Amino acid sequence: MTQALSELQQKFHNIITNPNLSPKQKTHWLSLEAEASLPYVAVSDAVREVMADGSVCDMFEGHAPFKPRYVLPDYAVFLKNGSEYLELAPAQDFDDALNMLSIIYHHVPSVTSIPVYLGQLDDLLMPYVGELTDEQLYTKLKRFWIMLDRTLPDAFMHVNIGPADSPVCRTILKVDAELKQIAPNLTFMYDPAVTPDDLLRQAASNICECSKPHIANYPMHAAAYGDKRFGIVSCYNSLPLCGGSNTLVRMNLKLVAAKAKDEADFLESVLPYHSELMRELMNARSSFLHQDSNFFESFLAKEGLIDEQRFAPMFGIYGMAEAVNQLMDKAGKAGRYGHDVEANELGHRISARLAQLVDEMTVTYGLNGKAVLHAQGGISIDDAVTPGVRIPYGTEPDPVSYVQATAGHHQYYTSGISDILTIDETVKANPEAMFNLAKGALMAGYREFTANVASNDLVRITGYMVKLSDIARYDDEGSRTNTTFLGAEAAKNTGVLERMPRVASLEMTPALAR
Amino acid sequence: MTSAVKPLERTAKVSRILNFSCVDGPGNRMVIFLQGCNFNCISCHNPHTINHCNHCGDCVPHCPTGALQITKDTNENKVTWVSSLCTQCDLCLDVCPHQSNPKISEISVSDLLALIRKHHFFLSGITVSGGEATLQLPFIIALFSAIKADAELSHLTCFIDSNGELTLTGWDKVAPWLDGAMIDLKSWQSETHQWLVGRNNHRVLASIKHLADLGKLHEVRLLHIPGKSDLDIEVAAVGKFLAGLPESVNIRLNAFQHHGVVGEALEWSKCSKSDIEYFHSLLYQYVRRPMSLPGVYS
Repeated sequence: MTQALSELQQKFHNIITNPNLSPKQKTHWLSLEAEASLPYVAVSDAVREVMADGSVCDMFEGHAPFKPRYVLPDYAVFLKNGSEYLELAPAQDFDDALNMLSIIYHHVPSVTSIPVYLGQLDDLLMPYVGELTDEQLYTKLKRFWIMLDRTLPDAFMHVNIGPADSPVCRTILKVDAELKQIAPNLTFMYDPAVTPDDLLRQAASNICECSKPHIANYPMHAAAYGDKRFGIVSCYNSLPLCGGSNTLVRMNLKLVAAKAKDEADFLESVLPYHSELMRELMNARSSFLHQDSNFFESFLAKEGLIDEQRFAPMFGIYGMAEAVNQLMDKAGKAGRYGHDVEANELGHRISARLAQLVDEMTVTYGLNGKAVLHAQGGISIDDAVTPGVRIPYGTEPDPVSYVQATAGHHQYYTSGISDILTIDETVKANPEAMFNLAKGALMAGYREFTANVASNDLVRITGYMVKLSDIARYDDEGSRTNTTFLGAEAAKNTGVLERMPRVASLEMTPALAR
Repeated sequence: MTSAVKPLERTAKVSRILNFSCVDGPGNRMVIFLQGCNFNCISCHNPHTINHCNHCGDCVPHCPTGALQITKDTNENKVTWVSSLCTQCDLCLDVCPHQSNPKISEISVSDLLALIRKHHFFLSGITVSGGEATLQLPFIIALFSAIKADAELSHLTCFIDSNGELTLTGWDKVAPWLDGAMIDLKSWQSETHQWLVGRNNHRVLASIKHLADLGKLHEVRLLHIPGKSDLDIEVAAVGKFLAGLPESVNIRLNAFQHHGVVGEALEWSKCSKSDIEYFHSLLYQYVRRPMSLPGVYS
């Protein structure tokens, strides 16, 4: 190849010749570059400014969106009616149902091109269980689970189960704990009026085994979207079933708070100004998708698996901790977010104000004309900004204090709030403690309970506390075992020098590190 | 925690409260560490919990944030801890010549009940630990009986983590409100025990048997210090003793480590994973049922 390449061609060439990407991964990155070569959807100079300074971010969704960010098909309609487009008859038995689901998942797009929602599987599959024994059910679901992980390897691909007890629900929990795969991700719906304690105990015990499932507060989500009319997808986004999210735009509260004189200025002037620009950007992006991309002409819409009216833009925020601490500084107060009652209450006021702004805002393509508020969990490029409304890493109080400091936010974030509690691994020997924590968090008003059981820096051994870093120093060993990073961090920290893992989290890595 | 103490209400000297613990009994427990201990173990992992502060003031100039101050209390010098200024750097513990801790709160039963109420949805129960918790037995009885009499809290289980030195009469006093006790057995021969902790183990063995008879023994913990404690040398006697306990009693093997330890015990070998596994294999020949082993070794 002697001809000089244009800049764009050089990008394509770099991807195509990359030694560490599979052909499928190359195809994905090439498509992103192709889309990025088109002009950005039309927005005002004011929007360009806040995007340039980082206050507002489009999550690298692309310049010309041709698929919604998250799609939650009503798979029950598909199993019941079959599909004319896919030439499939209605499901007759359990094997039919699994086979049909395996097929349709490959036709459900998302921002990462891998589906983020695989359905409320217990409700979907229970009608087809028929005479199957528990053992047959176990074998079939285990094969299905392995197939999902090997063919659709993304940690944000989500299965939902619960709140009611059923053989499918129990078997999925059993298989998931046994296989400990990254995919699929799993949310268990909890409803104190419906879910037996021993089922929640099994879920809590699973968390100790594999940091899954997440536990969703069913009555809270049902109050927002209607009974059985929602799903939990990706990293804890709650969205309308038979619909989803057309775009996610997020506001960096850390940078926005830096522009405010004080709390009043922030709440009454700076925040409304940026919210209006968020609205403009959400409208511009969703209008292209709905009007120009022809996405809603697909068989998913024609056959009733999705309804264009049930898509809403997500109004995301992150960096609450830094925003609160800056406003506390400006007021000459020393209290810190997560630890000080006054700082925590300021955070709650900011969330309440955001919810009010989103509620009063009309968008072009929304659910009943509205966007949905979301506390966003961060992406790999975020530097020194804490995800969503979390308490900054390394300064977290004990899990009970953590929940009580942040529970006040959960009521406001209709489309989910990504908060992860890190629990030290001694809990593995005492899953009842995880059960207590999950139940306490949901009673305290948590919309979702997510816990990671990790080799945390602080580990308690009977009766006293040890810091793993202290032990390392004490033993003069020097190096601590490295955590296994997901693809996102690997790409960020090392470029693509290392082969990307087979199972990745594409959503965390919206842009290929160069 | 700072509310005025009502006259005549029981209070305790508390060195620390944890809202979340999964290693101090079943489920998540609030753990209340009480200051003061009647053992003086060479191998103590928390030596700053042994004595009550004598207000010598040696720690005060070392505090980097001025959280420790000398105040006058009926003409006596008193070390006062201002928790709002404290960064928990623990320098005061390092410099204390008296195996004590100036960061002690005097907490009443009603203050503690309010805290437990705030957290009760998250808890299976509470555990009082130490130091040696039973040195403040009247407070424990007042606290446990108040919990059991409270409609909202009565489902919470009440546990004591103890060195077993309490008298049988003492255990009988708290038994009506006690759900479980966790007792350390540090050595088998009385002479070894005397050398290791400063007292013989007659009362410890009696406490274990008595609590088992009362149905209140949750766990017996054996701290294995290779070459120092005699639990491995005396494994036949230890094993037969443990085998005689009800099957419901958890037997936990702990491995001696250096963290927190001061003085000569720092020269002792730490107990490795293979040490504890070998000890377990010896003990298992007599006990013949599952025992808990450490999750982490340093």
